[in-house]
Amino acid sequence: MAALGTSVSVRDLSLEFGAVKVLKSLNLDVADGEFLVLLGPSGCGKSTLLNCIAGLLDISDGQIFIKGKNVTWEEPKDRGIGMVFQSYALYPQMSVKGNLSFGLKNARLPRDEIERRIERTAKILQIGPLLDRKPSQLSGGQRQRVAIGRALVRDVDVFLFDEPLSNLDAKLRSELRVEIKRLHQTLENTMIYVTHDQIEAMTLADRIAVMRNGMIQQLDRPQAIYNRPVNRYVAGFIGSPGMNFLEGIVEAGGEAPRLRVGDLAMPLDGYPFDAAGFKHGPAVLGIRPEHVALNASENWPVSAQGVVEVVEPMGSDTLVWTRLGAAPLSARVPSERAPDVGDRVGIGFDPRQASLFDAASDMRL
Amino acid sequence: MSNVGALNAAAASFDAVARDAVGPRGARPRKTFSRRNVFLYGALALAALYYLLPLYVMVVTSLKGMPEIRLGNIFSPPVEITFEPWAKAWATACTGLNCDGLSRGFWNSVRITVPSVIASIAVASVNGYALANWRFKGADTFFTILIVGAFIPYQVMIYPLVIVLREIGLYGSLWGLVIVHSIFGMPILTLLFRNYFASVPEELFKAARVDGAGFWGIYFKIMMPMSLPIFVVAVIIQVTGIWNDFLFGVIYTRPESYPMTVQLNNIVNTTMGVKEYNVNMAATILTGLVPLVIYFLSGKLFVRGIAAGAVKG
Repeated sequence: MAALGTSVSVRDLSLEFGAVKVLKSLNLDVADGEFLVLLGPSGCGKSTLLNCIAGLLDISDGQIFIKGKNVTWEEPKDRGIGMVFQSYALYPQMSVKGNLSFGLKNARLPRDEIERRIERTAKILQIGPLLDRKPSQLSGGQRQRVAIGRALVRDVDVFLFDEPLSNLDAKLRSELRVEIKRLHQTLENTMIYVTHDQIEAMTLADRIAVMRNGMIQQLDRPQAIYNRPVNRYVAGFIGSPGMNFLEGIVEAGGEAPRLRVGDLAMPLDGYPFDAAGFKHGPAVLGIRPEHVALNASENWPVSAQGVVEVVEPMGSDTLVWTRLGAAPLSARVPSERAPDVGDRVGIGFDPRQASLFDAASDMRL
Repeated sequence: MSNVGALNAAAASFDAVARDAVGPRGARPRKTFSRRNVFLYGALALAALYYLLPLYVMVVTSLKGMPEIRLGNIFSPPVEITFEPWAKAWATACTGLNCDGLSRGFWNSVRITVPSVIASIAVASVNGYALANWRFKGADTFFTILIVGAFIPYQVMIYPLVIVLREIGLYGSLWGLVIVHSIFGMPILTLLFRNYFASVPEELFKAARVDGAGFWGIYFKIMMPMSLPIFVVAVIIQVTGIWNDFLFGVIYTRPESYPMTVQLNNIVNTTMGVKEYNVNMAATILTGLVPLVIYFLSGKLFVRGIAAGAVKG
């Protein structure tokens, strides 16, 4: 049985299509009222996992519990879930009202109860004036709102979102993102949200599960994933602009270990090694652009010189590309202090803010 | 700010404006009698003429009396228009023992076509829906067998079907022919519906499942209302195919229940007496009228259906 306070629980879930293993013995617990984001590139199995939880795909092995009930063999409608799809999936020949009431009519709810729920949902999502329109007469944002409404009227415990904002333009996407977050704060339902957009993941999630090849790589709070990625894959996937990677060799130097990158030795004292401590050998240092300082006055544990090659203004910040030895290195600096192309700049950073990965296994050291 | 900019620009380019006012501006003019248009419409007109000429001859001949036809000018319009051949073809022309014209065959054909079209489309659309959306076990094998059926020549199956119909006691009846038509329409219609339903976004189907609709619920409430265009296409294919069928009609029915096409053949190919070209022409046009009407009526609906489907939604 799932533990108390657990809303959705996935046990040893496997899914195979012939010889292709899409999900590999996956375990996942989602707490009551939690907003969990499944994040990963396309083809990593995140949508497949969501479809399995919804009951839209038959699984090969394992169990799924929702609200403590084993729903592994249940039909989607009996699982107590509502789902929102990327393409909205509104029934084109029905009005908005028809779309909202379709599931309730199938469940044979009394008419006044249906009316009451539609009214409540329309109020929450502010789609009251749209009720008599057909989906083709709605804008993209309105359609997605109706699609969310269709999940909402079902009065369920768990909401499943399958890349709901991917078909919207950037402005609408950020608007609806805030709205979904607000909705979650109001309703306090459990929400499982699939996306490949790390901004959505970071802003919405209580916890993020980063997926790859049908396995969960890391499941943690957004900030923890950002600051302490468990492997090089997660480190590279999370964060925009992406993390810099510097290949080097860990060696014992004097009283503390050092990382030698080219002819530069970086002291690693104070770096939070994991329980195994440091070991000698090739390693990769990952440092985020905002942790690299250019022409800073303080004394940095690591400092070097470089020539500015490319400058990418991003509005509030500017991304400056230079080189540390042979490896390209980007730094995020305030726009008003951005150097010009060709300038010689001093580079400084602190390895304690960086992540160190084993070169062979890509795991965090 | 923008005003100042506009003023400056206007002052700086004063000469340029004066010069440009004479030059080309707006939509490019198009000549009505360009070489391209002459070729295009000329070719279209020729093709249309080529196809319409036989129809013209048929209509003209059917409106002439026999003496006028014997003059031999098949392209000349009728001097004396008469509808007698039409009346005769419909009501009194003799085929075998019966002398009640094509009207009998017409009603026979209606009684064959309507149930065949409805039955074949009803079954094939559900087939296609099940194949496209409910990947049941053995679906691929089933589909392959069905499609192979489309490639086997009809003639091979005629005799076995005669035996089957005899054994179930339907040989010679209209219902036997209805069953034959429904079966032979199955492969191509199933393929048609399967491909159409497969193009319906899968998420729509998933949403309906989450909303608690079952196999028939999704079919009747989601898929069917969305698929008017393909149903119209299926109706066109089936009505023309079944109405124009001759082979099955002559084999699986008895003379009193022959469809219109068989009766037309019997009228036109009578070996006794004078060949009444005007009656033959009228009878042929009458027989071909039903598919033609279906095209004109549903063609419009078809285009509308396609247009409605093309709107994002």
